[in-house]
Amino acid sequence: MIKITRADVSTINTLRYDPARCVNCGLCSIVCPQGCFEPGETVARLVRPEACMECGACQTNCPTEAITVESGVGCAAALIYAALTGKKASCGCGCGESCCGT
Amino acid sequence: MSATEVIATQPRFRQTTSELTWFDRWDHILARLGFKRNGHRVETGLYALGNPTADSPVFVTANYTLSFDALRSSLAGVDGYILVLDTRGINVWCAAGEGTFCTYELVERINEAKLHDVVNHRVVIVPQLGAPSVSAYEVERRSGFKVEFGPVRAQDLPEYLKTHQATPEMRRVRFDLGDRLVLIPIELVHTLLPMLLAAVVLFFLSGLRYALAAVAAVLAGVVLFPILLPFLPTRAFSTKGFILGGIVALPFVVASWSQSDAAWWLRALEALSYLLPMSAVTAFLALNFTGSTPFTSKTGVKREILAYIPVMAGMFGGGVVLILALAVIRFLRG
Repeated sequence: MIKITRADVSTINTLRYDPARCVNCGLCSIVCPQGCFEPGETVARLVRPEACMECGACQTNCPTEAITVESGVGCAAALIYAALTGKKASCGCGCGESCCGT
Repeated sequence: MSATEVIATQPRFRQTTSELTWFDRWDHILARLGFKRNGHRVETGLYALGNPTADSPVFVTANYTLSFDALRSSLAGVDGYILVLDTRGINVWCAAGEGTFCTYELVERINEAKLHDVVNHRVVIVPQLGAPSVSAYEVERRSGFKVEFGPVRAQDLPEYLKTHQATPEMRRVRFDLGDRLVLIPIELVHTLLPMLLAAVVLFFLSGLRYALAAVAAVLAGVVLFPILLPFLPTRAFSTKGFILGGIVALPFVVASWSQSDAAWWLRALEALSYLLPMSAVTAFLALNFTGSTPFTSKTGVKREILAYIPVMAGMFGGGVVLILALAVIRFLRG
């Protein structure tokens, strides 16, 4: 049987957290709009993984890459449009390419 | 140092207030209706709010009028600076998702505004919902400014500023009735024309009751669904929509079934010709509402699309076939 080493491997979403890399800076608990993370004694605790909406704020602000998530828009219209046209899913805000590139 | 050099190194900023004018409010109504969707912009750069000093806080926002106005109107009595990023007229959350409200843009604007010369401290207060594309440690490394993530809502800023600590409540997105209600106008604007077209076609093909059914199914999806969202059972938006569409179709189903002059199978088919497409249409509109909420994930929505779009298509297609068949039967019977 395959041993699961990552702390929380869920199928509900793409959020993955590796406490071994956490330096307890506390930023993930601050930026998450769903309260998925809470500050812990030595490392951050992933308390509500199922509430993750994959916005990517925790990953962007994690200095040690302890958190990964495939961020994207949770919007059916955008995803259907992207599937039909083969373009990148966006909110249809009328803006062009991402300015950050990452 | 010559006079021109002094002017060149002088930091420049515009003046703003926390007061909203009637013009601002009119602009908000137009924005909520989706009128000139990309036209609700404010000039980017630095603004002085009240009479700020070199020790006053710096707030960062997007160049969307609703974002800028929500921020400044929440800061009545506060002297500070507002740094407006170029998000092409998009709100903070969506722009952060798109990657326009981002680390690079923030650092650029800090440098452009010569913020180092304007304030003595090295802190910028960024709305928490900008965090998906604003990396606090990267901003500090590139600009020397420490990012302090403020509350999700601008209206919590006065409370936040007392301690510079946000409560867990301030850190969470909510989706209250008020938040949901303001989204209805733009949903209506988007669906009005197709709805009226469908109603007109159905009126001439099958009569007034079918035309009303089309209107009812669409209104259920774009008006009732946002209002009732937290009260509808099941987790998936599609199934919530199937249920709501089914409920709205009930009066039509009962009316069809209780016609005494037709054969039972004909009445049953007519009942189905309401139930199937109405439920499918409401469910599809419900699924589309995922993009307006602050809690659906890409993975979850993808899964819903794969699971329920075929069901919706099947129900809708079946309904259309039934409606046409019944129209033919009515025509043949004169």
